[in-house]
Amino acid sequence: MKLNKICAALAACGLAFGMTAASAQKLSDDKIVIGFVTDMSSLYSDIDGPGGVEAIRMAIADMQKEFPGKKIELVTADHQNKADIASAKVREWIDQGGADVIIGGTNSSTALASAKIAAEKKRPYIQVGAASSRLTNEDCTPYTVHYAYDTIALANGTGTAVVKSGGKSWFFLTADYAFGHSLEKDTGDVVKAAGGTVVGAVRHPLSASDFSSFLLQAQNSKAQILGLANAGGDTINSIKAANEFGVTKNMKLAGLLMFINDIHSLGLPTTQGMYLTDGWYWNQSPESRAWARKFFDKMKRMPSMLQAGDYSAVTQYLTAVKAAGTDDADAVMAQLKKQKINDMFAKGGYIRADGRMIHEMYLMQVKTPAESKEPWDYFKVVQAIPGEQAYQSLANSKCSLVTKK
Amino acid sequence: MEIFGRPLPALLSQLLLGLVNGSFYAILSLGLAVIFGLLNVINFAHGALYMMGAIFAWMGLTYFGLNYWVMLIVAPLLVGVFGVLIERLLLRHLYKLDHLYGLLLTFGLTLLIEGFFRSFYGVSGLPYSVPEQLAGATNLGFMVLPNYRAWVVVASLIVCFGTWYVIERTKLGALLRAGTENPKLTEAFGVNVPLMVTFTYGFGVALAAFAGVLAAPILQVQPLMGSNLIIVVFAVVVIGGMGSIMGSILTGLGLGVIEGFTRVFYPEASATVVFVIMAIVLLLRPAGLFGKEK
Repeated sequence: MKLNKICAALAACGLAFGMTAASAQKLSDDKIVIGFVTDMSSLYSDIDGPGGVEAIRMAIADMQKEFPGKKIELVTADHQNKADIASAKVREWIDQGGADVIIGGTNSSTALASAKIAAEKKRPYIQVGAASSRLTNEDCTPYTVHYAYDTIALANGTGTAVVKSGGKSWFFLTADYAFGHSLEKDTGDVVKAAGGTVVGAVRHPLSASDFSSFLLQAQNSKAQILGLANAGGDTINSIKAANEFGVTKNMKLAGLLMFINDIHSLGLPTTQGMYLTDGWYWNQSPESRAWARKFFDKMKRMPSMLQAGDYSAVTQYLTAVKAAGTDDADAVMAQLKKQKINDMFAKGGYIRADGRMIHEMYLMQVKTPAESKEPWDYFKVVQAIPGEQAYQSLANSKCSLVTKK
Repeated sequence: MEIFGRPLPALLSQLLLGLVNGSFYAILSLGLAVIFGLLNVINFAHGALYMMGAIFAWMGLTYFGLNYWVMLIVAPLLVGVFGVLIERLLLRHLYKLDHLYGLLLTFGLTLLIEGFFRSFYGVSGLPYSVPEQLAGATNLGFMVLPNYRAWVVVASLIVCFGTWYVIERTKLGALLRAGTENPKLTEAFGVNVPLMVTFTYGFGVALAAFAGVLAAPILQVQPLMGSNLIIVVFAVVVIGGMGSIMGSILTGLGLGVIEGFTRVFYPEASATVVFVIMAIVLLLRPAGLFGKEK
């Protein structure tokens, strides 16, 4: 009897020891909670949205083995492209849901609002889907990481390459709001620096019903290049109309923010030969291909740069938690800025002091229908642009974390 | 030659493009006007049914190999049948209530229909190209006009004035108008008014689907395409006068042209100009340009 009791007590002790060894990480609430807020239902939901959620689930499934016996939870919300909904969700998740990290989805205005809340509450905010370079400039915070791309990298990629290949004079077709203006300005600067000229621009309202009038104005400008400083449906409708009105015969189009989904919906005959800049392409390496096929099996479409970025961001965050041995925000942020990022999304990537994740960007050209061998086989990588060239240099940064006073 | 500092050819081309866009406004607002005239229902689902027309055109081509011309007939028919079902099963029960209930019901239907297609096709759009017979463009001297756009103007003018003729100049139209004025008395003459109402709704939404098929080759075909347009079309109906057939056709074309000119002189305002005009018209003529004061 007595012996039995001692045995049981020893066994219990051993079990307890074993358990402590297995759970070396100190996790708040003994679990990791990841919050993901993005556009789930409207114009940006194909490039991120439910596909982004699936990508994050895949990352959690792949990383779960590193956290035996611990729960990794994912909470998601649709911000409907409204900054107030996004920031309210982020606040609620951190205050009541015990969220340890927020992954930010598409739309720059929701991103800027969420980043502020995350910084105020001292939680890592990894932004994947939004483009505005303000996130790591005027509005940078110690807790923001801007992961996949930004307007400066897009401008540098497409702008420089097109001027180099002879497209000296530019005319812009610009979405008339903050994002379009900054894309037009960033690209214009790049074009001028490379020796080109900007002959004019026409600003169209967001979600304009028809682009033919604007395109005729562009055509009359006699510029060589038509820069499309807009996104999503506006870009698609501009390209459709440009083909219809024969604008593409004497002007080349340069899409400044285009995703593989846009090419898929327009089809290759309309888009062949276009240049665009992207941070990732599913067919770029064996690892990316393998991951993309897994994604395709679940979503029936190939992943965009944002969805791959969501996967990578969560993987890197969980890797940092494991390495730091805690989910404490400051410790994880320090670890994130220390570790090299080598996965199917980025090779030799790293997160700078201002929060910018530096990784290679790619100048792509859309294939002709004859060159494309299978569905979603759309891009030729014309040039890999090293991260240091693609992104803004720290010397030009307006981020208070890196500027010397 | 220049007018207000713009070369004449540029203005002529904008005039023509304005007519093209106006054609869409005209067909859509015509459908709304017909429905409002007879049913007193503010059909908020019009945009969603327009989108259904475009997506059906794409589905016909993709799944059944049916070309543009076939779908130009089939898609409006299918959507018309769908409209008949909506009227019979849902709208019918709301006629005795305030307009607001019809608006809420059709708004709810819009959300359902858009959500349904979104869950299948996402929002980035489906590819649909201009039919071969109308590919290419004609050089008019002052501009290059794609043949397809010219066809849009012709097709919509035929449909719009055909509808106007039927309603204003034929016996059937006379019965319809009588049913609008005094349904009880019309029924007393042995006219089946409820049936007429059902088919009018079906016809109104078929017009929306027709516009959808017309739009498929030139606009992004996607589940939310109707929401972007419907608000402007409602403004057109209000400016023209709720329920006025000719008013909605002429206002549709006219506003298309005004919008086109705004795109040359001050492009930033091109999305708002229609609403500015609406505000002015409502202040000066609350019943709309062609509406009758009741």
